[in-house]
Amino acid sequence: MTSFTRRIALTAVAAAAFASLPALAAEKVNLGVSIPAATHSFMGGINYWANQAKKDLEKEHKDLKITIKTAANAPEQANQLQDLSTVTKINALVVFPFESAALTKPVAQVKAKGAYVTVVDRGLTDTSAQDAYVAGDNTAFGKIPAEYIVKTLGGKGNVVALRGIATTLDNERMDAFNAVLKGSPDIKLLDAKYANWNRDDAFKVTQDYLTRFKQIDAIWAADDDMAVGVLKAIAQAKRDDIKIVFGGAGAKDMVKTIMDGKDPRIGADVSYSPKFIYDAIKLTAEARLKGEKLPATTIIPSVLITKENAKDFYHPNSPF
Amino acid sequence: MPPEQQTPPPQQQPEAAAHRSEAKPRWIERLHGLGPVIGLVLLCIAGTLLNSDFATVDNAMNVLTRTAFIGIIAVGMCFVIISGGIDLSVGSMAALIAGSVIMFINWAGPASGSPLLAVVMGAVLAIVLGAVFGLAHGLLITKGRIEPFIVTLGTLGIFRAYLTYFADGGALTLDNDLSDLYAPVYYASLAGIPVPVWVFVIVAIIGGVILNRTAYGRYVQAIGSNEQVARYAAVDVDRVKIMTYVLLGVCVGIATLLYVPRLGSASPTTGLLWELEAIAAVIVGGTALKGGAGSITGTVVGAILLSVISNILNLTSIISVYLNAAVQGFVIIIVAFLQRGRR
Repeated sequence: MTSFTRRIALTAVAAAAFASLPALAAEKVNLGVSIPAATHSFMGGINYWANQAKKDLEKEHKDLKITIKTAANAPEQANQLQDLSTVTKINALVVFPFESAALTKPVAQVKAKGAYVTVVDRGLTDTSAQDAYVAGDNTAFGKIPAEYIVKTLGGKGNVVALRGIATTLDNERMDAFNAVLKGSPDIKLLDAKYANWNRDDAFKVTQDYLTRFKQIDAIWAADDDMAVGVLKAIAQAKRDDIKIVFGGAGAKDMVKTIMDGKDPRIGADVSYSPKFIYDAIKLTAEARLKGEKLPATTIIPSVLITKENAKDFYHPNSPF
Repeated sequence: MPPEQQTPPPQQQPEAAAHRSEAKPRWIERLHGLGPVIGLVLLCIAGTLLNSDFATVDNAMNVLTRTAFIGIIAVGMCFVIISGGIDLSVGSMAALIAGSVIMFINWAGPASGSPLLAVVMGAVLAIVLGAVFGLAHGLLITKGRIEPFIVTLGTLGIFRAYLTYFADGGALTLDNDLSDLYAPVYYASLAGIPVPVWVFVIVAIIGGVILNRTAYGRYVQAIGSNEQVARYAAVDVDRVKIMTYVLLGVCVGIATLLYVPRLGSASPTTGLLWELEAIAAVIVGGTALKGGAGSITGTVVGAILLSVISNILNLTSIISVYLNAAVQGFVIIIVAFLQRGRR
C-alpha cells in the first residue's frame, strides 16, 4: 500500500517535472497510442503501422514503453483515454480521434494531467487540447485526382464520384475535388453518392450509376477499397466507356497494379498512407526521450502515385 | 398482436393451435401480406416516374441479385423470430464464414491440385460452418438458458473480431484463377435470371413449405405464440428452437457462398449491419417481433422493398444524400402503418 502511494506520488512528481521543467535526458517515456479498431482496410493499415512502431521503437530505446489501445467508436475511445491516463499513467499520447468534436474534451483531460499530446489525422475542435498535430493532406487527396482526371480527359467528359462516410474529412476532400472541376466547364460531375468506404456499397452505387448514366468517362472512387467494388461493377455491366478509375490512399494492390501497368484505367493513385501513424509515434517518442517538443503542425503530403514512383509506395507486408 | 388474430395455415391441426380461432373470414387473412406489397408497388411506380431506367430488366435483376443475400438470411431469420428468438450475429457470421471459405479455397486449390474441387468444398464448408454456428447458438440459448439477444450479441463481436484477426485488419482475397472459376456463381444467369436470384427463390419456397406445410413449421409458430402451452402439448421445445438457429445458420452459409464470388474478398466491413436489414425485412414483411406468426412471402417482399429504396435513391439526385437514411426510415414506418389494421 505504502509503496503504491509512493509510486503515485513519484509519478505525479515526475509528471509535474515533465510539464514544467525541460525534462532530463534519458527520461522514461510511457507513451499511449489510441487508434480506431481495424474496421476497414485503411484502419487495418493504421493498426499495422502502430504495432510496427511499437516493435521498432521499443527495441531501439530502453526507456520507452508503448501501450496501444483500439476503440470501436468515439465513446469507447474516450473511456480508453481515461484508462491510459489513470491506469497506464502515460506521460505522452498519440491519438487518432474518431471524431474531432467528441474527443476534444477527453484529450484535453489527458493533457491537463501532464501528458504530451500529439493528435493525428483529424484535428480537434480546440487546438489548445494538443501539443502537436500530424496529419495527412485531405485537400490534396481531393485536388490531385481532380487535376489528374481533368488533364487525362483533356478537359472534357462526364465524371461520377463516390464519397466515404459523412465526416468533415470527407467534405474537405469533396470540396477540394469540386474546386478543381469548377475551372473546367466541360467536365461534368454527374453525381456523388456515399458508399461508406465499403467495397459492397461501392459495388451497388456504381451499378446504379451505370444504369443511370449511359456515358461515364471517369469514376473517382476516392478510396482504393471502394475502387475494388467499382471495377467489379464495371466488369459485370461490360461497359467500356470508363477511361479512368481513380482510387485513393495507395493500397498495396492498387500500387502494384500501377507498377505493373496491369489496367489501363488505373494509371495513378494519390498517397495517404496509414504509415503516418508510424511517423507520428516515432517523432513523438524520440522528441520526448530528448525532452524536446514537436512543431505545432506536421503535414504528411499526399502526392500523385504513377508508374514512375510507385515502387516507393509499395509496402507488401502491410495489410493495406 | 393477440394470438386470436393470427392466420391459421390452411390445414391447421388442432394439437398445436389450440389457441387459434377460425373466426376470421378468408379475405381479411389475404390482407395480411398486402401492406408490404402495396408499399413495394407504390415505390416501383415512384421509381419509374423519377427515372425511366428504374423499370429496365437489367436494373430489376441488379436489385434482386443484391437482395438475394439479405433475402436468404431473412428467410432463416423469419423462423427464429416466429419462434420468439432473435439473432443479431448474422452479419458477423457471414463475414467470418466468407473469410474462412476464402482462406480454405486459397489453401485447398494448390493443395488438392484441383481448383474446381477446392471451390466446391469451400461452398460446402460455408454451409457446414453456418450450421455449426447456428447449433452453437441454439445450444447456448436452450440448454444454457441464456437470452438469445445476449448470446448473439456476444457472437456478433466474436465472429467479426476473429475475421479481423485472420485478415490482420486488412482483407482476405481469393487468388485470381480461383476467383475466376468461382465468379459464375454470382455473375452467371440461367434463362436470363442471375444464379443468386434462383437460389433466393428456391430458399424462399422451401422456407414457405416448411413453415406452412409441415408439423415442424406449426411447432415453431406454437412456441412463438405460447411456449408453455407448446410444452404441455408435448412439443420438444428445445429441439425445435435449436433447429431454427441451425436453419438460419444454413441460410447464412448459402448467402455467403453466393456472396464470396461477387468481390472475391472479405474484410472487416463485410456484412456490416446485415442483421438489422434481415430483421427489418422480416418485420416489414408483417412478422411480429415477439413471435407467434409470420410469413415468408412478406419477408421476401420486405427484403426487396428495402433494397428498392436505396436503388431509387441512387438513381435520382432530387433528395440530398444526407437524407438517404431518413427516406428509408420513413418508408419502413409507412409500410408498418399500412399493416396496423391487423392488430
